[in-house]
Order: sequence, then structure tokens, then C-alpha cells
Amino acid sequence: MTHNLGLLASWQRVLKRELLLAYRQRNDILTPLIFFIIVISLFPLGVGPEPEILRTIAPGVIWVAALLATLLSLARLFNNELHDGTLEQLLLTPQPASVLVFAKIVSHWLTTGLPLVLISPLLALSLDMSSTALIYTMLTLLLGTPILSLIGAIGAALTLGLRGGGVLLALLILPLYIPVLIFSTGAIIAASNGFSAEGHLSLIGAYLIITLIFAPWVTSYALRVSLD
Amino acid sequence: MNWAEFFNMGGHAFNVWGSYILAFVILGLNIWLPLRKYRAQQRKIRQQHETAS
Amino acid sequence: MIFQKYAAPKYFYPLAGKCLPWFGTLAILTICAGLYLGLFVAPPDYQQGETVRIMFIHVPAAWMSMFIYAMMAGAAAIGLVWKIKLTDTFITASAAIGASFTLLALLTGSLWGKPMWGAWWVWDARLTSELILLFLYLGFMSLHSAIDDPRRASRAGAILLLIGVINLPVIHYSVEWWNTLHQPTSVARIDGPRIHSSILTPLLIMAVAFKLFYVSVVLIRMRSSILDNEADSRWLQEQGA
Repeated sequence: MTHNLGLLASWQRVLKRELLLAYRQRNDILTPLIFFIIVISLFPLGVGPEPEILRTIAPGVIWVAALLATLLSLARLFNNELHDGTLEQLLLTPQPASVLVFAKIVSHWLTTGLPLVLISPLLALSLDMSSTALIYTMLTLLLGTPILSLIGAIGAALTLGLRGGGVLLALLILPLYIPVLIFSTGAIIAASNGFSAEGHLSLIGAYLIITLIFAPWVTSYALRVSLD
Repeated sequence: MNWAEFFNMGGHAFNVWGSYILAFVILGLNIWLPLRKYRAQQRKIRQQHETAS
Repeated sequence: MIFQKYAAPKYFYPLAGKCLPWFGTLAILTICAGLYLGLFVAPPDYQQGETVRIMFIHVPAAWMSMFIYAMMAGAAAIGLVWKIKLTDTFITASAAIGASFTLLALLTGSLWGKPMWGAWWVWDARLTSELILLFLYLGFMSLHSAIDDPRRASRAGAILLLIGVINLPVIHYSVEWWNTLHQPTSVARIDGPRIHSSILTPLLIMAVAFKLFYVSVVLIRMRSSILDNEADSRWLQEQGA
């Protein structure tokens, strides 16, 4: 039927389909978000309610919670498609698989990364962050969470259909998330101390560009290996 | 050379000898475990070879 | 090509068998020489005293941890491009010993840190990077062992290794940077200012000894796994091990 569908058009179709599916299974979006909120609210309970301490640990707490929330949502990135066979169809289309995989990653970010960015100001306020720190928390999450989705997709593709996949995924992916964590919290701390965070932000940006270029391609290759 | 002094390592006997013992244990396990498996395989193949011929 | 010929298990197996005694003997000799020079000949450091002798284990082990990871990643690239089966045998044989050297570097670093820094563990940039390297080794080993199909296991493992090796400089750089951000100058540099030749010689000899040890163990493990995989092939039956 639509053999000569343009690359952009098929990209949009996959993205639309993914977003529609996500809308139908709203719980899948809400679960990581609720997890994110719960983890962050555990910290004041654990370390005590002193605003001084909370303000110091806030960047790290929010970012570690964001890493874990993303990790939780990655397991279902390709799993439904694996079971109903659409994943193999995706790899068999005439379009380069990496472009379609990229659409899936974008939809993953829109449904897990973006909600975290939007809810973060509330959580930042609950941890008594200053307004500068709050803005930089949102900014780093906006730049950093796409990286989490991109690198996470590679891990999800590698562990596709494996028993104990979730824990294994954490073991593979979390070490690779470390630079994002360091640069992002570094940016928030620098900005809230009155220094320029430009260096940190451009490093996150560079990391984002590199993963944008390579991750979809590596993910589609890893999917081929896993489905072979 | 004084042996007691040598073993004392300037008061850091635990740290210095601990490091060397750890190295001995970790490297030792790395050679012992594969070698044990390898020897067992060799023995098995030799037996098979003898019964076959 | 001679390279491709010896990449076949049939030819590699006897070649490895021939090389093994040489590497094994050399490894034992260099380890003895390194131990003698390190424990008896090298003088105590004027600053660190006798604890400097931990360096002869710690530093070569840390070098090995990175060297082995690089070797594995190199083999992974070769295996993915030219589809040589032997590379996976090499990689899986290397992984456990690479992880052991990383663990050894961490543990001896901790034993060295106590007298130097007054704490068993300091979030020093090098130690932290080494810890992350251990996580990368463990991640690779768990992924490889979680996949039952050997072809998928070797290719998925290779992809993970290559991603890891690209990320390693970024991780190292970010950790170093994070470290200077959080701890200005409170920790002493582990590598000291200048290294005297009486210290440098045993250090280099131990580094060579560890490499020879690694080659010997890898050869044994590779021969072992070839025996596992090719138990039914005819060349093995004819050769009679």
C-alpha cells in the first residue's frame, strides 16, 4: 500500500501511533511520574526536615530520582511490540529502522522525560530550592532527560526479552548515566552559588548531540541482534 | 637485614601485607579455577581417546 | 592470510597450547623478580614510608583493568566487523580476569588510602572511575551470561563493550571534574611528585608480569572454552587434546 511513503511521513506515523498508544495506556505514563514524586518525598523523611540540608541535597536527589524513574519506564519501551510482532515489522520496513526507532525514542521522552521536567518545579519548591536553582533544575532536566531516553533505548534493545531484564538493564545503563548526573547537578550547584553554569550546560548539550546522532542507529542495530 | 623490621613494614604491616595477600588470593583464584577445569577436560578427552582406540 | 588461519579454533587450539608454557614460565619469573625488587631492593619512600610498596600491586592492577577493557573492546570491534568467532572466546576469557584486576586495584587502593588519607575510602577521581569500570565489567558479564543464544550473547556483549569504551573517557573526565568541584586540594595525589628509578623499575616489571599472567590465564581459558564448544568436532577427536 504505502510503499513510497516519505521518510518524514513514516516517522510522523510511528510517532503518532506511539503517542496514541501511550494515551490509551495512561497508567504507563503516570507510574514513573508517581515513582519520581514518591522517591523525592522519601528524602526529607530520611534525612530530616531542615531546609538547609534539603537545599544542599536537592539537585542530587531530583536527578537521581529522575534517573531511576526513566529506568523504570524503559522496560516497556520495546516489550509490547516484541510480543505482538510489530517490532519485526518495524525492522522490515523499507525505511531505515533507525529513523523509526528514533520516533519511538522521541515518544518515550514525550511521555516520561517531559512530565518529569514539568513536575520538577513543585518538587524543587518542596525541597526549598532557590528560584535560580529551580530554573536550572528544569533546564538541565530538559536537556538531560532526552539523553536518558536515548541511551536507555540501547540498553532496552540489548536486554530485549531477557529474564530479569529490568535489573540487568539498570546494571548496564546506570554507569552510562553518570556523566549526565554529574554535569546536571554541577550546573544547578554552580548557578545557585552565583557562578556561570554555561560550561556545564554546553557539555550536556554536546553529550545530547552525540547521543542523538548515534543512539538511534545503535539501538536499531541492537534490536536486529536481539531479534535474530 | 632485620626480618622483624621487614615484616613490620614501618607500622603498616596490615596494609602492605594485606595488599600482597589480596593480590596472591585474587590472582591465585584466577589461575587455579580455570586450570582445574582445563585439567579435568584434558583428562576426560584422554580417556575418551583411549577407549576409542 | 595467516591471521585468519589462526583465528580458526582448529589452528588456534594447538598454537595456544604451544605458547602457554612460555608465557606461564615468563610470568612466574617476572613476578618473582618484581616481588624481589619491590619488597627487598626498593627503599621506603621519604613521604609515604613502607606503604609505597602497595603501589607495586595497586598501580599495575589499575593499568591492567583498563588495558584488558581496551583489549576486549578492540576484539569486540573486530568480531562485529569480520564476524570472527574466536574474538568472543577471547572476550569472555578476559572479562573475569579484567574484573578481578579492577577489584584488586580498588581493594589495594583502599588499603593504601587508609594510611595516606586516613580513610578506607575517599571519593577520589581515580578510585571513583575505577569503581565505575568495575560496574561496566559486571554489566558486561551479566548481559553475556543472561543471553542463552551464543551468537546473540557475543554480538550484544560486543555492542555494550563498544558503548562502554566510548563512554569511558567521558565518565573519567566528568568524574575528575566533579572531584575538583567538590574537593579542592584536600587529598594528596596518589602518584606523588617524582618517581625514582628504584621505585619505577619494580613497578614496570610488575606491570609486565601482570600482562604475562593475563596472557597465560587467557590462553588456558580460551583452550578450555574451545574444548567446551568443539567437543564433537573431528579435529579434536583426531588430535586427542
